[in-house]
Amino acid sequence: MSILGKLTLESIPYHEPIIMVTLAVVAVLAVAIAALITKYRKWGVLWNDWFTSVDHKRLGIMYIVLALVMLVRGFSDAIMMRTQQALATNGAAGYLPPEHYDQIFTAHGVIMIIFMAMPFMIGLMNLVLPLQIGARDVAFPFLNNLSFWLTTSGAVLINISLGLGEFAKTGWVAYPPLSELAFSPGVGVDYYIWALQISGIGTTLTGVNFIATVLKMRAPGMKLMQMPIFTWTCTWANILIVASFPILTALLGMLTLDRYMDFHFFTNAGGGNAMMYINLFWAWGHPEVYILILPAFGIFSEVISTFTSKRLFGYTSMVWASGAISILGFIVWLHHFFTMGSSANVNAFFGVMTMVIAVPTGVKLFNWLFTIYRGRLKVTVPVLWTLGFMVTFTIGGMTGVLLAVPGADYVLHNSLFLIAHFHNTILGGAVFGYLAGFSYWFPKAMGFHLNERLGKAAFWCWQIGFYVAFMPLYVLGFLGMTRRLSHTDNPAWNFWIYFAAVGAFIIFVGIILQFVQLYVSFRDREQNLDTTGDPWNGHTLEWSTSSPPQFYNFAKLPHVSDIDAFTDQKEKGQAYQRSADYEPIHMPKNTASGILIAICITAAGFAAVWHILWLAIAGMLGAFVAFLFRAYGNDHDYYVQPSEVATIENAHLDKVVRGTA
Amino acid sequence: MGQENTLARQQVDDLSSQVKSYLVGFMLSVVLTAIPFWAVMSHHFEKPLTIALVLGSAVVQIVVHLKYFLHLDFSKEGKLNTFSFLFTALIIVMVVGLSVWIIYAANALMM
Repeated sequence: MSILGKLTLESIPYHEPIIMVTLAVVAVLAVAIAALITKYRKWGVLWNDWFTSVDHKRLGIMYIVLALVMLVRGFSDAIMMRTQQALATNGAAGYLPPEHYDQIFTAHGVIMIIFMAMPFMIGLMNLVLPLQIGARDVAFPFLNNLSFWLTTSGAVLINISLGLGEFAKTGWVAYPPLSELAFSPGVGVDYYIWALQISGIGTTLTGVNFIATVLKMRAPGMKLMQMPIFTWTCTWANILIVASFPILTALLGMLTLDRYMDFHFFTNAGGGNAMMYINLFWAWGHPEVYILILPAFGIFSEVISTFTSKRLFGYTSMVWASGAISILGFIVWLHHFFTMGSSANVNAFFGVMTMVIAVPTGVKLFNWLFTIYRGRLKVTVPVLWTLGFMVTFTIGGMTGVLLAVPGADYVLHNSLFLIAHFHNTILGGAVFGYLAGFSYWFPKAMGFHLNERLGKAAFWCWQIGFYVAFMPLYVLGFLGMTRRLSHTDNPAWNFWIYFAAVGAFIIFVGIILQFVQLYVSFRDREQNLDTTGDPWNGHTLEWSTSSPPQFYNFAKLPHVSDIDAFTDQKEKGQAYQRSADYEPIHMPKNTASGILIAICITAAGFAAVWHILWLAIAGMLGAFVAFLFRAYGNDHDYYVQPSEVATIENAHLDKVVRGTA
Repeated sequence: MGQENTLARQQVDDLSSQVKSYLVGFMLSVVLTAIPFWAVMSHHFEKPLTIALVLGSAVVQIVVHLKYFLHLDFSKEGKLNTFSFLFTALIIVMVVGLSVWIIYAANALMM
């Protein structure tokens, strides 16, 4: 084997015009962005204030930027699939060869779940959770930075696979025996393994970090049952992360041993059992979808409560409903493979457990409705997303209960009905939630408002596009069309396939409008500044800071005695108090260790994909040395002096006075 | 001065209660080890009963170790450790237990 392992010039897919054009566009964009950064001399800012930052708010923004970039990548895959299916009816071949189409649907699934939804959710959590509990940062700020860069490392690997080699052709679940070396001899599955493995470890560390944060760093007086509801749902999600992501790590480890060291965990030869892979994959995979949806539930609760100017109805039941969903969400995974053929008792148990989840979810839905009841709901963009979610998610939930009946599942398994169902819940549930949170917390993060008109237009495109794109898939599922078909030859399906393609383009317009909204809002930011830090008359502590928040979050840690801590402060006249004596604030210093470790790990992951032994060793060694330097260094923290705190606080409070006067 | 004295006395109390806790745990462990040894060596009981006794003593001894050596309790300081232990146990029971059931049932149908 050569010094570059399996990597040769032949690995670049230059015979695929679509990929080459994509790469050219990406290259032009990258050069343009780099040129702009150089022109405005922002490299130093980027490195010093962002890449090396341990500030949870900045990491949150970087997570969301990553999520938006990957949304574009994942959506390009989606629209390519929809146009391919629309062109390849009546036995036509379409424009995508099957081996390319297979990579696209795999990449779409992996990217949308792992590199779009997860970073979006973790980004919002980073941005908001420490502020909501009145903390100055997370428990382990450096670890937080490292988690972000490990997630990015996975995203980089998956994007490299576009231009070097190939991506997995196995579907996002990568079931063996198909994902074993004998049937997938290329590097696609290896890219899949290492991208998921590295980012998965980053996610586990995030879970640990945020559990420690809510347990140890709540503001004085804040009891667990006084934490804001978004913090609670994130906490349940983090508990699920800590419990389920190690399963994924172990599972990918076993698949790695199978593929690299000739082990037999999941091969038929040598006594392995492929079904164990399916079992363990979903023992992680099902909790994973609850990790995605629970924080979205929290966002909807915050939004509804804020824009009705009411306390959330049934806070306690909301917390325990989330807990029940977390526990139940851990014992339903078999419903992803009822057709594997376990015993009737097994199928019945998991079917019933799945249906039971509808109960706590229903509790939540009624809580939202009762919060709206007799409130004055202001129909803003976040509220539109929430109302849209309530309808869409209810439909998704009902089709989910239908699929939970093992008998019905035997008919609908692997059909487009399933695809419609989970897009109903993940897109119409989780992603709508993140977009609601995006527009809700945007003024807090950036200091200016988003354009309301464009936001509403984007919402309607998404909402209508969603129904046009996915309702036909329910019909197609009933008509017997299975998932992952690169071309079809059944006249009965044609109309619905064209219909769905139209929907994808309506969503496309929605995404474009969102980027236009970002541009317009940035252009007009001077007219739309949020000077008070509390644009929505919010209930929770994040709104008590300036927008964007002071880097130390709180000059004095707030004392909490109520669920809606900031409303409580405002009612008691304790909000916006000036103080004569600030104390020095202990803060963590920025560090380059996180990004250095992640660069080394990315190199090692890339080397593992291509069997470049020396680079794999060098990468791991580099990461270890960078970690040692961090561990043995002691220049990690500093104190913000009271005079500096006083200057920042007074400037903010002056603006509040001017803003409200 | 008085405060320091109370603090010192408290530490002595803590230490002696800790030693006491370890001793109790040790004695219980010895007894719980001796019982199955005796049952096996003396053939005093039928075989199934002996096995049950060994297993029963083992489970009780696990609880003794958790309480007296690992200090898992529901006090203010110990609560977090206890809950994370119980949580781990729950996850293991659910993931390992249900996985064994699933794969065993699937295998049985393929025989």
